[in-house]
Amino acid sequence: MRSPIIIGALALAALTACGSADPAPSAAPAGGGDLPAKVTVAANDTSCQVATAELAAGTSTFSITNGGSKVTEFYVYAPGDRVMGEIENIVPGLTRELVVELPPGTYETACKPGMIGKGIRGPLKVTGEHKPLTDDAQMAEATAGYQRYVKSQTDTLLVKTQEFVDAVKAGDIEKAKSLYPVSRTYWERIEPVAEIFGDLDPKIDGREEVIEEGMEFTGYHRLERDLWKDNDVSKSGPIADQLMSDVKLIVERANAEKLSPLQLGNGAKELLDEVATGKITGEEDRYSHTDLWDFAANLDGSKAAVQALRPVLETRAPDLVKTLDEKFAGAEAALEAHRSGDGWKLHTDLSKDDLKVLSDAINALAEPVSKIAAVVAQ
Amino acid sequence: MSGISRRKLFGLGAAGVAAAGAGALAVRVGSEEGVTAAEPVHTAGAVPFYGEHQAGIVTPAQDRLHFVAFDVTTASRNELIELLQEWTAAAARMTQGQEAGTFGAVGGVPEAPPDDTGEALGLPPSGLTLTIGFGPSLFDDRFGLAGKRPAALADLPKFPGDALLPEISGGDICVQACANDPQVAVHAIRNLARIGFGKVSVRYSQLGFGRTSSTSRAQATPRNLMGFKDGTANLKLEDTSELRTHLWAAPEDGTSWMSGGTYLVTRKIRMHIETWDRTSLTEQEAIFGRNKGEGAALGSQKEFDEPDFTKKGPDGKPLIADAAHVRLAHPSSHGGARLLRRGYNFVDGSDGLGRLDAGLFFIAYQRDPRRAFVPVQMALARQDVLNEYIKHVSSGLFAVPPGVRDAGDYWGRTLFDT
Repeated sequence: MRSPIIIGALALAALTACGSADPAPSAAPAGGGDLPAKVTVAANDTSCQVATAELAAGTSTFSITNGGSKVTEFYVYAPGDRVMGEIENIVPGLTRELVVELPPGTYETACKPGMIGKGIRGPLKVTGEHKPLTDDAQMAEATAGYQRYVKSQTDTLLVKTQEFVDAVKAGDIEKAKSLYPVSRTYWERIEPVAEIFGDLDPKIDGREEVIEEGMEFTGYHRLERDLWKDNDVSKSGPIADQLMSDVKLIVERANAEKLSPLQLGNGAKELLDEVATGKITGEEDRYSHTDLWDFAANLDGSKAAVQALRPVLETRAPDLVKTLDEKFAGAEAALEAHRSGDGWKLHTDLSKDDLKVLSDAINALAEPVSKIAAVVAQ
Repeated sequence: MSGISRRKLFGLGAAGVAAAGAGALAVRVGSEEGVTAAEPVHTAGAVPFYGEHQAGIVTPAQDRLHFVAFDVTTASRNELIELLQEWTAAAARMTQGQEAGTFGAVGGVPEAPPDDTGEALGLPPSGLTLTIGFGPSLFDDRFGLAGKRPAALADLPKFPGDALLPEISGGDICVQACANDPQVAVHAIRNLARIGFGKVSVRYSQLGFGRTSSTSRAQATPRNLMGFKDGTANLKLEDTSELRTHLWAAPEDGTSWMSGGTYLVTRKIRMHIETWDRTSLTEQEAIFGRNKGEGAALGSQKEFDEPDFTKKGPDGKPLIADAAHVRLAHPSSHGGARLLRRGYNFVDGSDGLGRLDAGLFFIAYQRDPRRAFVPVQMALARQDVLNEYIKHVSSGLFAVPPGVRDAGDYWGRTLFDT
């Protein structure tokens, strides 16, 4: 857990950097004028029907509905599989939106049922004139884009945490165990924003060793201990209810929060620090050993924060963007080697050599990521 | 996550009176009120072994450490006392640059193993000090010491975030060897361990390669592995009256055998230096509450300027954040509690994950840990933003008896005599 004081200091710096105290929250399309209609995408386990293969340059919104049985993802790639925008964890039956800014050019769309592989690709041509966002507008869009990400993740966090809590309260240990890492995924992705709330974070996600005398051990990790170590959730109902109400509260607060571009840059780095210090060592999920789920979620969350800043970074530091793409791909590939079914291998199933490869990949990625904040603050 | 990964380092300061020992090595202390400037440290010289207090506490901190903790394996009180007498004799010799035994590395019977291991042959005393301490576990019923345990040697509480490994924590007896040559420090511990075979067993030992504290005004404040000066407010040799108040146990403390002694807390603090190194300078400075270059508290000009905790920035927030290390650890946050810190940087190779196994071996002396280390560390463990980058992995607590008066005295005599 990270203290709010740092955030405060950084926020101040961000303000100076942007020269604007109040970034416009609206994500107006770059070209001005009316918002283009949404592009619907019908996804299922075997196909990915994008309503159009041609778009006008500027900001577009894709609305993806998953009619299949597997969780899917939707991507827009520039040549070389450079991610222009992505939305993940579209569960069966759900519709989610992706807002992406596309200059003229040729792109590919992709659905990834089961969230693996190269996905089902389709062409996308973007034509017309594109006025790139001004610097201030790019900054504002970064904040707004990340806010949309937080919204999408917290929506699912509420649903998945409720399912987990229900299973605990029903005494269904096996089901609760399978839902534990899934609900945590949505939490771990947005940790930079969750950690702003220093009072709630330890209650929701505090590990056993941080609990002081006189303070109750609550939250995810308490339930993890009940499920895996004690194998008894008969008395866990109140803890489960408390977790749900704490999560509801933090979701409400998180969605009201606007992270500055500088905070996003730092948040992206901090998520990787979490991986380096907590997940690679197996300290985070010491009873369930589901650390790799959290690892993947932190990596996703870091990438999302970086993606939100992408237009700014492309303007100011195109070489850095190239390095980031490369190193994110490297870290993802290293992790991918440990996939197991719809999830991940247990930490205890990885050898020391496996962990070293992951550790090296995270260090390789975190170095360029740590340079983002200074670029944003220019 | 949310695990506060913790590492709390640094404490405060304490100083020592010109105790027995500082003589040759460095600082010349004036009379009570006036402390004179110290002479340059003569790094190769010898520090007197005998005195009212043990050397190695207010002695200007040497550059190198070898710390060892022993478990006592003999069940005999007499054997333990004999060992302490043998150790004292060897320590008195080695600190003066002599060999551990009277025959030495090459002077004995050829058919027998030498009574000194030999690796320090030809090396000067190098400021070697050897300082002994007795852990809480010694005060059980094995040696009839249960009634002698000082109140100030109360077990440390569990601090939030502690990740202590029992195999490198605790110990019945510790010896701190400090010297300006690492080979000299290692030689001393090696020979003491050898003398102890059959009576004690090495529980763990720790090398430190660079001092992180200054215990004399003649010394500049060194930097820890995070690149910061820390412990500026340390008690120092020259603070004579402060040392009486904060460092040395006195008869009125209730444990007469400890009069002239002090209490030692050790903490091995692993630093996540890789993540620290990719943290922005602004954040690093905000975490410590100091600037990195000069070491001045934020809002101050010079390292030794008193921090102004009330000063606010243009945003109306304190320049030194509420959870900044310098604020949480400062004596003013703890009713004036002060420590004498004497820690060392360590790098124990690497951790198999492509990272250096590095950090601070924290050492602090004080009159009563319950009023010094414990409240300070509790505040740090709860709030310090530095916790994100550190983890406490070992802990030790020891009663450090008074000094050895002369060749007829031995380490711990006051404990066993009475």
